[in-house]
Amino acid sequence: MSTATITSKIAKLQSLITVANLISGLEKMVKTAVLPLTGIVMFLFLWQVTASNIVTSLGQFPGPGDVWTQSKTLIEEHHAERDKADAFYARQEVRNAKKLAKNPDAKVKIRPYTGKATYFDQIFTSLYTVAFGFLIATLVAIPLGIVCGLSERVYRAVNPIIQTFKPVSPLAWLPLVTMVVSALYVSDDPYFEKAFLTSAFTVALCCLWPTVVNTIVGVASIDRDLIDVSRVLRLSWPVYIKTIVIPSATPLIFTGLRLSLATGWMVLIAAEMLAQNPGLGKFIWDEFQNGSSSSLGRIMVAVITIGIIGFILDRLMLALQKRVSWDKQAIFR
Amino acid sequence: MQKNYLEISQVGIEFPTEGEPFRALQNVNLSIQQGEFISLIGHSGCGKSTVLNIIAGLYQATEGGIILEGREVDEPGPDRAVVFQNHALLPWLTVYQNVELAVKCVFRKTKTKAEIREWIEHNLSLVHMDHAMHKRPGEISGGMKQRVGIARCLAMQPKVLLMDEPFGALDALTRAHLQDSLMEIQNRLGNTVVMITHDVDEAVLLSDRIVMMTNGPAASIGEVLDINLPRPRDRLSLAEDPEFNAYRQQVLRFLYEKQKNPASKPKPAAPVTAQSVSDSGSASEAA
Ligand SMILES: Nc1ncnc2c1ncn2[C@@H]1O[C@H](COP(=O)(O)OP(=O)(O)OP(=O)(O)O)[C@@H](O)[C@H]1O
Ligand SMILES: [Mg+2]
Repeated sequence: MSTATITSKIAKLQSLITVANLISGLEKMVKTAVLPLTGIVMFLFLWQVTASNIVTSLGQFPGPGDVWTQSKTLIEEHHAERDKADAFYARQEVRNAKKLAKNPDAKVKIRPYTGKATYFDQIFTSLYTVAFGFLIATLVAIPLGIVCGLSERVYRAVNPIIQTFKPVSPLAWLPLVTMVVSALYVSDDPYFEKAFLTSAFTVALCCLWPTVVNTIVGVASIDRDLIDVSRVLRLSWPVYIKTIVIPSATPLIFTGLRLSLATGWMVLIAAEMLAQNPGLGKFIWDEFQNGSSSSLGRIMVAVITIGIIGFILDRLMLALQKRVSWDKQAIFR
Repeated sequence: MQKNYLEISQVGIEFPTEGEPFRALQNVNLSIQQGEFISLIGHSGCGKSTVLNIIAGLYQATEGGIILEGREVDEPGPDRAVVFQNHALLPWLTVYQNVELAVKCVFRKTKTKAEIREWIEHNLSLVHMDHAMHKRPGEISGGMKQRVGIARCLAMQPKVLLMDEPFGALDALTRAHLQDSLMEIQNRLGNTVVMITHDVDEAVLLSDRIVMMTNGPAASIGEVLDINLPRPRDRLSLAEDPEFNAYRQQVLRFLYEKQKNPASKPKPAAPVTAQSVSDSGSASEAA
């Protein structure tokens, strides 16, 4: 073989390798970007076709285009409302300044702006409420799950109660929670609004159970060897729970927390709709009652917002799980 | 040296099952001196782990009991450290933290922080694991995990070290290496050790006495073999030593002639206590 042919062969090989690299890079791109995008585009197309064939008493069912327009409107409304609020405060300040100029001892105060809640206010309220409810649920569920998982007796005693309350719909709880909150939470200067507490407690009651059940399973399935180690070392209860129980149950606790948060988010929207508590649910209900030609489009914006927020919440929990997990190699989905 | 440091007397155990309770052990008697290295050998399922777990206090004997330094054992405790067959390290703690957990349980009140750290590092260097102190169990090999398990137990300065097939899951080379380290450590520290093994060579090489168990159910101690090989022992020179091979033969004969595989029908052997074996002349003299 001459040197020339060898060189040309090497060149060929190299070009083959580049091609192979290119192909693997393409494959990656197809997987991470092209496939999801294709799915979305196809969905939008189907949506458009279906929507144009449905006519309701409030007009055409909104397609992607209407939703896009409505979301822009909602953003504009938000800015408009904020501008109004700013103007309101500016007026007050001017007035107060004048008063003080006349009489330096005059008492001045700023009254809060009581405008209409914008779409973004509603989103914020919902997020705040779900976070509060989920926090209460977590604080109850994890300790309860640990106790039930550790003690067969407690488990046998508590399990029927858990199984009975687990399938109860939030709508069934809501009237009870509303009445209890109004009866018990009486204060002249309430720190929380009653509506907020009602929604949050309803969320807590419904999203308690997935965490409880998963924590129980996680705690009850600790490796026997590790239990034996703890017995040989005569670990005290607090140390045992901290060094053995919680780390081994963490993956299942997080599975439970993610299910709970998803449940809580769904429950919250329903509770807000039914109880007329502020939040995204109320926004949907109000739009429905309004019944203008843009209502369906605005509701559809809310539907998509709810979905995206739910998705983001789940990813946040996943990120948290990755952070606290000891096993960095584990695969999280 | 104290005689009857660890006394297993008339131990029997029944496990509850669906139907009749299953009698795993009956009339197990053995007395162990301080600093002695005992191997338990017998066919799979005969009850070796059960004996060990009873000594550890993890199982409660149905009748009879364990006396350690004149006190009855009725619950697990750090004076009887266990090296588990599957290392049983906490996967979320580093090697150092795993040993630390045990050390803190034993020495929290008697050692200062600095002393504790030094003691952990010292024990890890005994098993040559000081270079990987801050790795997690998932990041080290099987042999290394087993060494950490041993270090964790040594660091507790137990009265008795209980080992359930500590090298069973390892390849031959790693096993030989760890056997040598264990012999060296035991020579130096004089630990009392009870070790379960399936490996006849390992038993002869490491032990002062080999306790051979009959097949279950209702298993008991069949024979006890004194190994009077001088220490320190060297595996290479012993390989051709006629005495060493005679001991091996005896154990093999017990396992494969007197106590055939439990798959074939087991014949219940008369229970023999350790004491009566030594009284009637040790089995080694009979060879
Ligand atoms: N917790 C238990 N419940 C019921 N039966 C048990 C229990 N533990 C052990 N046994 C039975 O007791 C017998 C002895 O078991 P053990 O684990 O002590 O055997 P072994 O000699 O250690 O076996 P191997 O060498 O395979 O580890 C077996 O027949 C086993 O089925
Ligand atoms: Mg065993």
